[in-house]
Amino acid sequence: MTEAQLFEGYGPVAGYDEMYGESGVRDLYTAVHAAFGKMPPEEVRQRADGLASSYLEQGITFGVAGEERPFPLDIVPRIIEADAWDEVEAGVKQRVKALEAFLADAYGAGELFRDGVVPRETVVTSSHYHRVVAGIDPANGVRIHVSGIDLIRDGNGDFRVLEDNARVPSGVSYVMTNRRAMSSGLPEVFADHRIRPVARYSRQLLSALRAAAPAGVSDPTVVVLTPGVYNSAYFEHTLLARTMGVELVEGRDLVCHGGRVMMRTTDGLAPVHVIYRRIDDDFLDPLSFRADSALGVPGLINAARAGNVTIANAVGNGVADDKLLYTYVPDLIRYYLHEEPILRNVDTWRCGDAEQREEVLDRLDELVLKPVDGSGGKGIVIGPSATGEELDELRAKVIAAPRDWIAQPVISLSTVPTLVEDGIRPRHVDLRPFAVNDGDDVWVLPGGLTRVALPEGELIVNSSRGGGSKDTWVLARPTEPIEEPDDDLDPVTSTQTMAPITAPLRGEA
Amino acid sequence: MLSRIAESLFWIGRYLERADDTARLLDVQMQMLVEDPATDEVTSCQQLFAVMGIEDFEGVPNRWSMLDLLAYDQKSPSAIASVIGSMREAARSARETLSTDVWSAINTTWQGVPAATSMRPVEMFNWVRRRTAMISGTADDSMPRDQGWYFYVLGRSIERTDMTARLLSTAASAGASGIAWQNTLRACGGYESFLRTYRGIERDTAAAEYLLLDRWFPRSIVSSLSEAERALTRLDVAGRRAGFSDEGLRLLGRARTEIEYRPLNEILETMPFEMERLQRACAAASDAITARYFAQEDWHSWTGRVSL
Repeated sequence: MTEAQLFEGYGPVAGYDEMYGESGVRDLYTAVHAAFGKMPPEEVRQRADGLASSYLEQGITFGVAGEERPFPLDIVPRIIEADAWDEVEAGVKQRVKALEAFLADAYGAGELFRDGVVPRETVVTSSHYHRVVAGIDPANGVRIHVSGIDLIRDGNGDFRVLEDNARVPSGVSYVMTNRRAMSSGLPEVFADHRIRPVARYSRQLLSALRAAAPAGVSDPTVVVLTPGVYNSAYFEHTLLARTMGVELVEGRDLVCHGGRVMMRTTDGLAPVHVIYRRIDDDFLDPLSFRADSALGVPGLINAARAGNVTIANAVGNGVADDKLLYTYVPDLIRYYLHEEPILRNVDTWRCGDAEQREEVLDRLDELVLKPVDGSGGKGIVIGPSATGEELDELRAKVIAAPRDWIAQPVISLSTVPTLVEDGIRPRHVDLRPFAVNDGDDVWVLPGGLTRVALPEGELIVNSSRGGGSKDTWVLARPTEPIEEPDDDLDPVTSTQTMAPITAPLRGEA
Repeated sequence: MLSRIAESLFWIGRYLERADDTARLLDVQMQMLVEDPATDEVTSCQQLFAVMGIEDFEGVPNRWSMLDLLAYDQKSPSAIASVIGSMREAARSARETLSTDVWSAINTTWQGVPAATSMRPVEMFNWVRRRTAMISGTADDSMPRDQGWYFYVLGRSIERTDMTARLLSTAASAGASGIAWQNTLRACGGYESFLRTYRGIERDTAAAEYLLLDRWFPRSIVSSLSEAERALTRLDVAGRRAGFSDEGLRLLGRARTEIEYRPLNEILETMPFEMERLQRACAAASDAITARYFAQEDWHSWTGRVSL
């Protein structure tokens, strides 16, 4: 492959490309474009291989069908300018605040039902609505301690919300490891940009978790609860526990005693106050949910109800993730915050609505159909690429259970240059920014996880479907100070030089 | 520290040592088969299987089945390849407590197993010894000397005692062959230091004494047992003025004194029996440690019932 071929065939693309605009390479990408243009293609490959092997060595993996795979990191970064980021940040904060207000209301007074903002039925028929937690008031009012709001850029380059994740959003560990890998894999390009750091995440998360401690606990013990080594996100659980300096526990390490939660240590039982759980609701407590679950802790929900332990994120948050509820979020923002939504939803039809359903059924072959409680791209049917048989099957499903489906137009996701077999080519991406709510404010990690669909034209950007990731650079403004060096890195604080070694080696005069 | 994590660290120590020592043991065995024409392959492999606790082996005991069973076959629980797999599993479940360097060292070792199983035996043994040395060196340099460290050291020392006992059994069962002792010392990396200590006098009894009793040689039985006792003492923070509350400590201490204070000749006469007794003591100590520090489920349900 010659140098010219690296970017060959990369020109104006259908839809919005984040590097190439109508008049060539956008200013934002000139440095990156030039750097890759200067580098011999073999070197680009070598560096990309270096990234892959360092991930393999460190075991930065995710699980697919019980098998550990290194998480592919593309060597071309994705860049977001400060102004565009301001909008994302404000939009995410606004959305999280509205969802918090919604959850508090839905599990509490239920004013939104009386005011007719969302039908009560829509909420209580959600498979993620848990009556068992109604009436549990979270310690500092927070239910969504961590959220990941999935965004895409449409044909105009505008950010739009694809879905909300208020349960156990994952992927933040790759944001941190990607940054680390890129700063050593592409140091010269990295140094040419002023990039907002991401390593503050763990500190921010720990302080939000501590702030959520039960009343009267001044120095809470925080733990991360994992389903164990076979979970697909196990790497992330270990990274979060390690960088927060807290214990990573499994269900079998915990025990409930008189409404309190304790962990088994070599010195006996020790109290636990805040549990950042990475287990789904259904598996948390066999007394309240699935009796066959061996992952959870019997009695956990009672301890939370007694106010002795905080479960983060709160149980029952799934109603906020329900894709049917998604269609109401703009209304929720207006209702609770009296503001207009900053980030727009993707146009959505509710199949539960007779009129909308008729339209959807007429246009099945041109729409994207999504099950309302699915995640990870499961069950999604893309009309234009489905066979007649698949569409007939889908039609029957929608008619049988209309509440379970929403429909959206096929949106053209933006593309970003990505290293593939043939060279650097445009590939579809999405973005999951992570937000941490400590009760006083919602903090948004600058950047987030950019997932990239490696097969050409593939629209579902998901790691379980052969997706990769990109380091996402949010640029700082020229005058803006970059925060202190990442916690995780070793800061060079001393300018002291080492004393020279004066003792002669043996054998020297 | 979490009981489960403590247990993982203990087992990382045990697996690490077992992988290393199994490679050493096989090295001795292979050299004996090659160098000493008097060795009967079937008998000596049979003896080795017995020493390694493999009782229900149905095939023909020869060097090939031995290598499969103890080195290459990932399905054989005694094989180095599967021991490394178990070590990596233990490390994975304690990953947040291990330093990144230790984890990477263990993880890359595990990733190298498929390649290692296509190496020639001697190459593979060398590879295993280099990799385990790297892991243990990295651990030594980067792990804080907290409880976790002492569980790791405890696991290693108990395993080392156990495996040195097996090495000694193998050498002793080779009978009058002087090569066996020389090879055993070499396998422990202690041949030169042995020669220096005994000023070049090579006698089987001297070699046995060195491997059993030398307080300065880190692979001797007495050294390894003392190390295990020290680790347990550090873990038993409550301490005691008299007696031993800790069953593990009592078992290890007794095993050590039985070796240390008995006349050497007496031990040598009944070597296989003594070594087997030592292995039983290690197993019992390991159980006692498990009961006290790791498996609190039983203890817990008992207090539960009382408090009702």
